[in-house]
Amino acid sequence: MTLTSTTRVELQQLAAQYPQPRSALLPMLHLVQSVEGEVTAEGITACAEVLGITAAEATAVATFYTMYKRDAVAKHHIGVCTNTLCGLLGGDAVYDALSARLGVGHNQVNADGFMLERIECQAACTHAPVMTVDWEFMDDVTPGTAVAVVDALSRGEQVQATRGPVIRSFVATEHTLAFPLDGLAAADNSVDDKMLAGLRVAQERNMSAPSIPQEH
Amino acid sequence: MALTPVITEFWDDPSLYTLDGYKSHGGYVALADALKQDPDSIIATVKDSGLRGRGGAGFPTGLKWSFVPQNDGKEHYLVVNADESEPGACKDIPIMIANPHALVEGVIITSYAIRASHAFIYIRGEVPHAIRRVALAVEQARAAGLIGNDILGSGFDLNIVVHAGAGAYICGEETALLDSLEGYRGQPRLKPPFPAVAGLYASPTVINNVETIANIPYIVGRGVDWFRQFGTEKSPGFKVFAVSGHVKRPGIYEAPLGITMRELLDYAGGMRDGRPVKFWLPGGSSVPMLTAEHLDIPLTYEDMAAAGTMLGTGTPMMFDDTVSVVKAVTRWLEFYKHESCGKCTPCREGTYWITGVLEKFEHGHGSSEEVETLVTLCNQISGRSFCALGDAAATPYPAALKYFRDEFDAAITTSADEQFNPSASYVFAEAVSR
Repeated sequence: MTLTSTTRVELQQLAAQYPQPRSALLPMLHLVQSVEGEVTAEGITACAEVLGITAAEATAVATFYTMYKRDAVAKHHIGVCTNTLCGLLGGDAVYDALSARLGVGHNQVNADGFMLERIECQAACTHAPVMTVDWEFMDDVTPGTAVAVVDALSRGEQVQATRGPVIRSFVATEHTLAFPLDGLAAADNSVDDKMLAGLRVAQERNMSAPSIPQEH
Repeated sequence: MALTPVITEFWDDPSLYTLDGYKSHGGYVALADALKQDPDSIIATVKDSGLRGRGGAGFPTGLKWSFVPQNDGKEHYLVVNADESEPGACKDIPIMIANPHALVEGVIITSYAIRASHAFIYIRGEVPHAIRRVALAVEQARAAGLIGNDILGSGFDLNIVVHAGAGAYICGEETALLDSLEGYRGQPRLKPPFPAVAGLYASPTVINNVETIANIPYIVGRGVDWFRQFGTEKSPGFKVFAVSGHVKRPGIYEAPLGITMRELLDYAGGMRDGRPVKFWLPGGSSVPMLTAEHLDIPLTYEDMAAAGTMLGTGTPMMFDDTVSVVKAVTRWLEFYKHESCGKCTPCREGTYWITGVLEKFEHGHGSSEEVETLVTLCNQISGRSFCALGDAAATPYPAALKYFRDEFDAAITTSADEQFNPSASYVFAEAVSR
């Protein structure tokens, strides 16, 4: 896919948000990835032109960060945390099951446009083992539930993130990372039982912080 | 010690993430109060509160703010480090999802105190739901006149940009974060100069963790005496603990600093199936592990240091006796190897070699000589890199060896999976074909 004039306008908008335009490079690379499903030479050049830097300088940045892909993720990005905690609590088995189901290994894309990735800690260790679909949370998965998610996505069925919105696509998430006001913040599953675990114990046992002084 | 929900107090209100929801629980009252004060008096309040950075290092927040030179005619910046990526750390993302306005209010008050007219919230890219919630909070605050020009008639102007990262643990290191925010590869800078003098765009910059900044509205709104009722002299205040691993009810538990792991574990329902604690880490994979002997030590910066570890991010990972410590340590080193930015040779090469040797042990092909080789390798990395990633990579193995040497000795001939059936550590009962 080629970048349109709309994308070039959006790139300019991102650059204008910062005191120094180059600060926008990471969001700009997310934006070109949201159009092409990967960061291509054309995408890098478009970013470089807007910022007045060389394509080599922009490439050096694009190749440093693991979220920028060099194979097109046509449909969905599937991440499985296999860092120590998630991996040992079952993430390793989840990864194996998904690899068998998708027919690909780490950082590879299958014929249906699904990329599988062993991801590092996703900051959701309380919800281990953690999987992500297009970077939205799929908490507390098992090999069976993880494969069921991929099966449902393959059939084009609606899949709900555990904390977050209905799954869209890899490129839709990439656009959110460039322009985060996507209208999906409301998701009423955002705060779950594990995030409320301590608050509920405190409420049951009548525990609270010291009261607020009146003079304040 | 009782639980004390403060930042988490109203998380069961589903509207808390909105401006109206946050205001219905007293939100933005502290901001109005702060804007009537002299900025220096806010810095003094935060200094007197004794608040220490919640990102891992525990540096006194008010002191950090006071290092920013005032009346220097330069632009000042506030950068929030929301790059939570430390293995085991999972408290900033929940704060941003459940209570984003506490962070935004803290950003406005802090910017006013340090005289910054631009603030950036650098959130790791892999958490779109946290990013959209913080971005919405900023937008709603802007629409309500709490961000922008002449905030609440005070004459104070502020712009806040929510910035998504792109996958690099190293960007949680504050100077690497600055390089990344300037649009470069995220690699650490030599210090000095410190960011307070030459940070973002070579201007004076304060970089604080999400939870640190989310504390500010409560401290400024309720006062130093209220805040110091929590915790100890050297570790005042409360902490959003995130307890994970083989516990019955993993989750977020907010309590005063000084609570013990045994108490937190009790609130979390104890270990699953009544199994014993084998080892645990108080705050991320970069702090040395502890064992069941250490459950009664208060979770404070000073007590954890005395026990030979660190409070770190305050997010305990609990492992029971089904877990192979050899496998756990190998996996952490694979992570540090993957995340080393490559700038410093000891870290770049050292993580590669340690990981290679550890993988031999994991597969039951170690040697008694290499048990010591690994110690030497760790010593050659520690203190020899620009940033703390190298030190962190040199941490898990010596700590594990101290408590579990017999497991490394056994791994000379017996693989980790033969010593410990992997499926016994899984938290689901589902049968797994291997």
